[in-house]
Amino acid sequence: MAETLTEWPAFVRPDGRKGIRNIIAVAYMVECAHHVARQIAAPWSERGTHVIGFPGCYPNEYAFQMLTSLCTHPNVGAVLLVSLGCESMPSRELEDLIAQSGRPVATLVIQQQGGTRMTIDAGRKWIEEQLAAFADAPRATMSVQELVVGTICGGSDGTSGLTANPAVGLAFDRLVAEGATCIFEETLEMLGCQDDIVRRAATPALGAELGASIEKAASYSIAMGHPSIGAGNAAGGLTTIEEKSLGAYSKSGRGTIHGLLKPANTPPQGGLYLLDIVPDGEARWGFPNINDSIEIAELMSCGAHVVLFTTGRGSVVGSAISPVIKICSNPETFARMSDDMDVDAGRVLNGTATLLEVGEEIRSLTLAVAGGRQTASEQMGHQEFILGYKSFEPVGPACHPGLLPLAPHTTNT
Amino acid sequence: MIEAKRITYARLSERDNVVILVRHVEQGEAIEGLDGQVWRMGQPLEPGNKLAARAIATDEPIVKYACPIGIATEPIAPGAHVHLHNMRSSYIAFETGEAFRG
Repeated sequence: MAETLTEWPAFVRPDGRKGIRNIIAVAYMVECAHHVARQIAAPWSERGTHVIGFPGCYPNEYAFQMLTSLCTHPNVGAVLLVSLGCESMPSRELEDLIAQSGRPVATLVIQQQGGTRMTIDAGRKWIEEQLAAFADAPRATMSVQELVVGTICGGSDGTSGLTANPAVGLAFDRLVAEGATCIFEETLEMLGCQDDIVRRAATPALGAELGASIEKAASYSIAMGHPSIGAGNAAGGLTTIEEKSLGAYSKSGRGTIHGLLKPANTPPQGGLYLLDIVPDGEARWGFPNINDSIEIAELMSCGAHVVLFTTGRGSVVGSAISPVIKICSNPETFARMSDDMDVDAGRVLNGTATLLEVGEEIRSLTLAVAGGRQTASEQMGHQEFILGYKSFEPVGPACHPGLLPLAPHTTNT
Repeated sequence: MIEAKRITYARLSERDNVVILVRHVEQGEAIEGLDGQVWRMGQPLEPGNKLAARAIATDEPIVKYACPIGIATEPIAPGAHVHLHNMRSSYIAFETGEAFRG
């Protein structure tokens, strides 16, 4: 294996954060503007334009915070907002916040531009101007201490908790020890794991917050009438939510948990964080995780530059904005779908690699992708994105004890 | 790198009463079970599915990763498939449909 990168050239933003990609986000402010946004971006869809947006017509603070975080994500170099003109999303306010971040930004209002064709023409002209300026984007060296890595599992099966997920956990242990920020999520798939999660918290007060987030997820699951386990999981050998949870939870590694995040929170410093994606308050927004893409969007809203995505059944999704590394847990799935996969973690089951070797491969590939190497889903043009309605209360002070001197990162073996 | 060896299932912990298939098995296939037994597969199964490592009684916890992952709803014979037809969650009960088979 090639030597692991320790630093690489990155795109430096006016706020000081660094990006590993330099993309133009074309963001629709309501579903009615989605087609126009997609058409504006289409000519450059394989060369750096990514479409994101919010479908709803009615106001939602969470969605506004999400779009603000995503439009000022370190991987984003410029933003074009596409509004129909009568939706509730405050696009001028959003534009102001993006402008304050130092990024080129413009808003096109379809009703004022004269309709579909004239908006597409104006949007493409604006993007051409940005691309001409992109060659001069300021660069600076970036290191692992500045890298934010998220993880998610999708299309899990009975092999996920044996190979890919614990291998990601080993990669996380190592990356956190090197100073990176690592984020795991999906409290709906940690039911039954509370005691261990609470025990790993950097402080007892944080432990109480982490435990409460899992209890909230359990209540939400009961209110929805269905835990976070699908028919495909069952066909792949998984049975109960507690079985799926034990496998999913192993992506977090064994180290100290340094904080609790909610969507659009920026981790205050390096360490291991749990992202709570279940809305606060009564269960009124439907399933918190309607699919994997919403969870990827939420990891990115916390600054994730790159996402480690484990799959057993064979998910093919990537994402807008941040590259997705596909780690396949099932050797038979890998044999069928190797084009879509970056790492063959199922070798552990064949006896041709150890978990430690696969974990090291994941860490090394994460740094290579940060340095510009394209992932399988990037090469194939995957740019999935989705956003829906939710509501959150701000996190309490106990959620970020790391603002005090950082507790040592201990790993239990 | 460790030497490649074709194994059929893995036992994750001595405390587990299930083993996990690590390769596809065919219906009728006889595999070498624990304690010198021969287990005959009642159906084709994909990697990741569970087989009973020993006889499991009704209401006994199903143990994987040395952790309880549910409860047996009927007696399960050694080598039999352990799945939603003979176990349930002890955390949240739910019904799942058949996966789409395209």
